[in-house]
Amino acid sequence: MSAPTGVMLETLTKDIRLEWRSKDAINSMLFFALLVVVVFSFSFDPNAEESRQIAGGLIWVAFLFASVVALNQTWARELRNQVLDAYRVSPAPANALFLAKAVGNFIFVVILEALMVPLFVVFYKLRVLGPAWQLIPVAALGTWAIVVNGTFFAAMSVRTRSREIMLPLLLFPITIPALISTVEATTVILVGDPATSAKFWIVLLATYDVMFTLACLALFETVLHAE
Amino acid sequence: MRKAFPILGILTAIFLSYALYLALEVAPREQTMGDVQRIFYYHVPSAWTAFLLFFINFIASIQYLVRRSRSSDKVANWTLITVAVVTCIASVVIAMVPDLKKALPQGTYPSSIATTGIIIAGMYFLIRKYFSVEAVDALAVTTAEVGVVFCTVVLVTGPLWARPVWGIWWTWDVRLTSTLVLWLIYVSYLILRRFSSSGQTPVMAAALAVFGALDVPLVYFSIWIFRTQHPQPVVGGGGSIDPRMLHVLLMNWLAFLCFAFLVCWSRYRLERIKREVEETQALEALLEPRSVPR
Amino acid sequence: MSESQAAPTDPVITVTNLVKQFGRFAALRGVSASFNAHRLYGILGDNGAGKTTMLRMLAGLVAPTRGEISILGTKSPRDVCRELGYMAHPSLLYDEMSGMENLHYFSRLYGLENDARCAEIITAVGLDPMLSRPVGQYSQGMRQRMSLARALLNDPKILLLDEPFSNVDIRSAREMVKLLAHMRDGGKTIFVVTHQASLLEGAADEFIWMDGGLIINRTPDLKFMETA
Repeated sequence: MSAPTGVMLETLTKDIRLEWRSKDAINSMLFFALLVVVVFSFSFDPNAEESRQIAGGLIWVAFLFASVVALNQTWARELRNQVLDAYRVSPAPANALFLAKAVGNFIFVVILEALMVPLFVVFYKLRVLGPAWQLIPVAALGTWAIVVNGTFFAAMSVRTRSREIMLPLLLFPITIPALISTVEATTVILVGDPATSAKFWIVLLATYDVMFTLACLALFETVLHAE
Repeated sequence: MRKAFPILGILTAIFLSYALYLALEVAPREQTMGDVQRIFYYHVPSAWTAFLLFFINFIASIQYLVRRSRSSDKVANWTLITVAVVTCIASVVIAMVPDLKKALPQGTYPSSIATTGIIIAGMYFLIRKYFSVEAVDALAVTTAEVGVVFCTVVLVTGPLWARPVWGIWWTWDVRLTSTLVLWLIYVSYLILRRFSSSGQTPVMAAALAVFGALDVPLVYFSIWIFRTQHPQPVVGGGGSIDPRMLHVLLMNWLAFLCFAFLVCWSRYRLERIKREVEETQALEALLEPRSVPR
Repeated sequence: MSESQAAPTDPVITVTNLVKQFGRFAALRGVSASFNAHRLYGILGDNGAGKTTMLRMLAGLVAPTRGEISILGTKSPRDVCRELGYMAHPSLLYDEMSGMENLHYFSRLYGLENDARCAEIITAVGLDPMLSRPVGQYSQGMRQRMSLARALLNDPKILLLDEPFSNVDIRSAREMVKLLAHMRDGGKTIFVVTHQASLLEGAADEFIWMDGGLIINRTPDLKFMETA
């Protein structure tokens, strides 16, 4: 039964190829990510010790805002010529489309993060005092949490008025536990206090990711086929 | 409804006044906080009512999604029955094994587990019996709207209580924060309902309610862990409660429930009538001969 | 399924009392009809007559408010989506990819992996499979033909085409009609919604006239239009 994974991979490669060709979306988003970091740096100008305490929060809020801009254009290409109708009429499983879009968004947002992190490190003179390797699962799980729900709510907002505002409106309340977890985990790792551990937060993030990925997969078909 | 509603309305008004009297006069004065503490009799019943309404919304949303196909409907029914049975068995097992009994959080009994399971399953099947698939969506709208109102009351009375007593307007207390997130989720639910076109609104709103329901326990748990790592001032009385205060609290809750029931009932009727009117208008449009140009 | 080749007199689609309401607007008001295999049907009527709604309902994109559809023996078009091809006025293609890339992608949605077949279909609709220009830069005629090619990817038994000739030059349109007639002769059942009824004259087996959400007549030729 390679059909669902086949469709998913095919859709993903198509999206990456198209994004690579036009590059306009990713260019403008990279620039937006840069702007966000700069604006934050002007607004919060702490010394090195304080910055470790608040950098976790700042970085993840910046990621969240940059992600929203990326997520809002998830379905833009599909809407242009009603391509979604072609998808709905085909036997391809809805979840394959969803996963392809979610993974595509994940890659996209990770690229944005990869740009923003060095800038934050430079502007805030950050040094990681705790186990730095733990930042990788935190970043991966945290990004997936935003992206999986974001892709789903982007599909829902597409069918509403004011769709650009609808996405963050639906997304932010739902991602609060993930945001708390990632911010806390990042802060714990940055500060490096041996009495604290990011493990609880990573486990909570993983639970969040599993629960909501399953919920999205269960409900996406219904949302796709709703008139 | 015409006859029952005014009578119930008057009875509820009387009950609410009595509950208010209990809260202001009869309940004993709190030792440390003084009379300000009496807002507790307004704050806590609002919270319990809001949570109950949101829980009903959750059940209604699941039913809307699940009852549209026979297979998912059956699966859901059997899942609920299993939940009820498993919680009963779990209760019996825990009651019989002393080690497990000790592991329970303070204040809960083994029977609480069974009671919770049975109540959940009972509510599900009662709603399923008395509400058709279209009616279930009207129930979802109603409980969401009234729930948001009560939730707003909780979020306003919380700071009003906290400020004179603890000197702060807000704290990232587990319950207060979870309530805030719940409020945010349901306000976004109501906005989604308003902004989506009528064909798909029920489905998408139901999906959002399911997401919200999954979210709340995670919020609660994450804030709880947060607080163990960042101790914060505690708002709201913890620990045991004077039995006279408990009595007043429960009376107030009952009065609030009556009031909530009346409001929900009228909102629900309004929603049903609105939909009936729309359907009738649609049917009329169907029967009207459209002029055939020749 | 016992029918490998439906005899020309077997109904391939039967609709009973189809009603579709969008709020207070009734797009379809109780359409009942049956359609046989190996036929080319032209669906005609003014704007708002319900033609597009009915076509989308047959494709499974829109659920009826009331009524039933029986299509290829099942109650739901989505069950037989492999046998359906749908084409609408928007191209249902990605503007940023070439024709071949588009077909390559959409054929994967059907589990087909034959690029040679994609090239064949593109040639059959009269386009060049090697053309690397993105579809967004095609002329309208080319775009409609590529859209038709996409609808043909899975070799469907039933083709549902909504305004395939709109804004298409006469020559391309006539070639498309020839192709459709050829496919009908090869065993497909084809429904064409169009405002340009004259294009189908001679090729269509039957014309279905719709108005006000109902089928008001079915004729073998266009004489009804003159008396209307």
